[in-house]
Order: sequence, then structure tokens, then C-alpha cells
Amino acid sequence: MTAAGITLEAAAARRRGGLLRRSLGHGGLVLGGAILAAIIAIALAAPLIAPHDPYNQDLAHRLIPPIWQAKGSWEHALGTDKLGRDYLSRLIFGARISLLIGTLTVIISGTIGTVIGVCAGYFGGRVDAVLSYVVTTRLALPVVLVALASAALVGSSLEGVIIVLGLLLWDRFAVVTRSATQQIARTDYVAAARAIGCSTLRILGSEILPNILNALIVVATLEMAHAILLEAALSFLGLGVQPPLPSWGLMISEGKQYMFFSPWVIGVPAAALVALVLAINLVGDGLRDVTAPENRG
Amino acid sequence: MLSFTTQRLAVALSVALTVSIVAFMLLHLSGDLATAIAGPEATAAQIAEISRQFGLDRPITLQYLDWLWRAVHFDFGNSFYYRDTVTSLVASRMPVTMTLGAISLALALVIAIPLGVLAAVYSGTIIDRLALGFCVLGQAVPAFCLGLGLIIVFAVQLRWLPVSGTASWKNYIMPSIALGWYAVPAVMRLSRNGMLEVLSSDYIRTARAKGLRPSVVILKHALRNAIIPVVALAAVQFGFMLGGSIVIEAVFNMQGLGYLAWEAIARNDFPVVQAVVLILAVLYVALTFLADVANAFLDPRIRLA
Repeated sequence: MTAAGITLEAAAARRRGGLLRRSLGHGGLVLGGAILAAIIAIALAAPLIAPHDPYNQDLAHRLIPPIWQAKGSWEHALGTDKLGRDYLSRLIFGARISLLIGTLTVIISGTIGTVIGVCAGYFGGRVDAVLSYVVTTRLALPVVLVALASAALVGSSLEGVIIVLGLLLWDRFAVVTRSATQQIARTDYVAAARAIGCSTLRILGSEILPNILNALIVVATLEMAHAILLEAALSFLGLGVQPPLPSWGLMISEGKQYMFFSPWVIGVPAAALVALVLAINLVGDGLRDVTAPENRG
Repeated sequence: MLSFTTQRLAVALSVALTVSIVAFMLLHLSGDLATAIAGPEATAAQIAEISRQFGLDRPITLQYLDWLWRAVHFDFGNSFYYRDTVTSLVASRMPVTMTLGAISLALALVIAIPLGVLAAVYSGTIIDRLALGFCVLGQAVPAFCLGLGLIIVFAVQLRWLPVSGTASWKNYIMPSIALGWYAVPAVMRLSRNGMLEVLSSDYIRTARAKGLRPSVVILKHALRNAIIPVVALAAVQFGFMLGGSIVIEAVFNMQGLGYLAWEAIARNDFPVVQAVVLILAVLYVALTFLADVANAFLDPRIRLA
């Protein structure tokens, strides 16, 4: 290995170490990362840790209050819902749905948005004008309403919600990757790559994409939170994920008619939703802080 | 200024036209309308009859042009569910959504701008951190959860406010807080950043060096320039609120445009859905156009760029 190669590797190792150190020094990122890691672990291990079957109905034990109320018991730590299903188990399995929707939506919308943004930013001119127009048009559409209407038409289901949200939430990806690409495309190393005859595809793949990755990851986390909130809203309105799946938004919707006497039936899933979205947003904001070039030592 | 305005107007009009195609195609691409209207138990003959009755057997471009021509004249056809025209339905529901949106926006601005200015003036201190923390938390609480929480506290336990409906001004308090909540973090961040930028500029240093009182410097000199981008954001947020009010109207049973759209979607009432999507999208386009023009009017640097 050449001396230059070793120096580069050492520099890369130092940079990675620096990133880790900066990340651990960022309170919000650590807190958000910890909550998020815990929720992901719970979602992955759901069948192992859930005390009951989340679909098992027991009409003799409906609306049992949670443990912190006088009549609560450890048998159902967070109580039961209107059909006697264990609330804690439904909450645990619900984490799977939120994370699944967040991840798959971002994969679809991220791909669409990045292709649009990178093409607009790299090629500029007429391509940029047309693609920016497409983004402007998308921004004019009312998201909740269009998502509701299309989810109802493709058939309200888990897959339907993912597809609809994936096809709708790419606008911020496009806007951010476009401006990031514009900056990278002006650099000398892109000009050099072009000068030595690299193909456009190769420049996009090995020069542009790795350099906009940081910005892309930040947008991806924020859009993931957005998708999870929208799914909850769609399910709350009855046109998202359908019963008996334990979506948190659906749990809130099903609990709405009991909230006057048992406020915890909406309080528990709402708290879970807030914790997850807060964690993802903290991670996104934190990543933006620690990966911003001006913070690099 | 005139050429700037006409150029923006041309873009806005063409976006509005594209949006109308999307609003129209959305419902046609998603499946066979005639089958959806007829319901799952209809025979082929019934579906063909419905198709003929609603003109769905004509070429798609002809259907679109016909729909657009009528839409421009505020004729969106008849509701499939209500025995009424879509136009009169929309007209009767519009005031609730507009009132809700306007109060929510006002509330959001009244809270967010002073908070952003405070955070900028005391940047780096505990006040700044609290304000930013409030923003992060605010973004994580979904509007419908906040709405339900407000109902439990202020309507059920304290019995201060009515649970739902639109009967009096009291009915608008909780929905406006829940809907305005959406816009607070964005507006606060923008006014904080704008204020920070302006406060570090030369003319503010000059004003301070002249010995002006800090309150005069901040409120009279700095705020005026810092607030310019907030005008555009407020217009955009108003558009988002009109679109997002569907969830809040559902929580509080308010008979607004969003509630109408929600019911229409659940009942396959396509003319109503198309009309509401188009109206909200065109309103958004109009709002962003007005925001662009207002911005250029307030800040000559934009129109000369």
C-alpha cells in the first residue's frame, strides 16, 4: 500500500472517530438515538416480549384500566381496549406498523425525490425548469386530502398507505438534493472527473451521490417522522390501516368514543406516537448538526 | 415590479392548470369510477348504465375539458350523496374552514414571532434553548392528539369549553390552538433565524452605537427586516392549514370544507372530492403567488435579482 493510501485511510479513520465523538457529545442526538433504538428493539422482539396476543379478544375483560389506576392489575399493565385486547401488547405490535410505514415510505419517496433533485441540480437548464415545475405542482396539492382520497380508492390497507405516502412525500427530498447537487456539481473534482472522460452516470454515482448523502439522511429521518404522523392521521380518519391491525392512529381512533370516561385509551397510543416522532426528529436534527461541514474539526 | 408580477402570474396559472389535471386524473387513474359508484353488488348492465348516465363512457380528455370548463364557471356538478349542487355545498362549508384557518394563523403568528424574536435576542441562553425545545416537542405532537387532549382537559374535566360543533366563538378556541400548533415551530424558527441575521448586520450596530434604546433597535429597526420572509411563510402555512384542517374538523365535528371532503371520500362522492381538491390547490397557488408579490414589494432585492 502506498504512503498516500495510508494517510488517506488514517484521515478517514480520524474523521469517523470525530463523527462518533461529536455524536456522543450531542445531547439531543443521544437521547433521540436511545429512544429510537429502544422502540426498534421492542418492535423487532414484539412476539417475545408482548405479554398477550394483540388480536386476542376477551369481552369479559373490556376496558380494564391501566396499572396506575386503582383497579389496574399487572395482568394487563396498560389495561384492555373495548374488545378486551391487551393494550400493552397492541402498543408493542403497533411499533412495527409505524416503523414499517416510516421506513418503506421513505425508501420509495427518497428514491423518487433524489432522482428528481439530482437530475434537476446536475443537468440544470431546461431539465431543472421542468422538474422544478413538477415539484411546485406537487407542493400545491393538499397532502392529507389527496392521501385520504387515493388511499380510499386504492383500498385502505397497510400496502395502500405505504404506496400513497411514498408517491406523495418526495418533495422535500427533491428540493434538498437539488440544491446540494448544484453545489457539488460546481466543484473542481466534478470538473476533473468530467475532464478525464467519466460517464455522466459514473459522476452522479461516485462523485455526487456520496457527497449529498449526509443531507439525504437528514431529510430521510424528518420525512420518516412526517410519514408516521400522516399514517396515524389517515388511520385516525378511518381511511388508513384497517382493523384489527394495532396501528397507533387506529387505536386512538377506536378509543375516541371512550375518551370521556377512560382518557388513557387515547393517551397511551398518543404518548407512544409522540415518543417515536420526537426521537426520530431529535436524531434528524442531531445528525444535521454533527455532519454540517462547518462543525468538522 | 410589473414584469416580475406578470411572470409569477403566468407560472401560477400554469401550475393551477396542471393541478386541475392532477385533481381530475387522480380519481380516474385509481380505478373504474362507474364500478365504484355502483357498489360491489352491481351487475355489468347497471355499471354500463351508470357509466352512460355520468358521461364516463366518453373519451377521458373530453371529460376533463368538460369538467374544467364547468369548474371555471363554478359549476362542479351535483353531489352523488346530497341532493344539492357541489358549489352550494362548498359555499355553505367554506366559512367554517376559512374562519378556523384565519384564527389559527393569527394565533400561530402571535405566539411564534415574539418567541422567535426573544430566542434570537437572548440567543444561546436558557430562553433560546427553551424556545427551541418547545419547537422540537411541538413538531412531535400530532394535531389530532393535541385536539383530543384539549377536549379531555378543557371540555370534559374543567367544562370550560364545548366539545364540538360550530355554534359559538367558544367552539373555535380549541380547534384553532390544535391547528395553529402546526405552524408555530416553522414560523418561530424562521423569525429567530431572520432576527439573528439582521441583528448582526452593520446598520443595527450603527443604531446601537447611536445610543438608541435596545427596545427601539429591536422592534423598530431589526424586526421590520427580519419579518419579511415570515410574510411568505405565513401565506404558505395558511394554505397548509386549509388542507390540514380536515383532521381537526373531524376531531371537533366542525362542518367545514375538510369535514365535507372526509365524508365525501368515505361515500365515494367523487364530484365533491374533485372540487375540494381543486379548490384547496388553487387557493394554495394563489396564496403563494400573493406571498411572492408581497415579498418582492417589501424587499426590492428579490425583484431585482
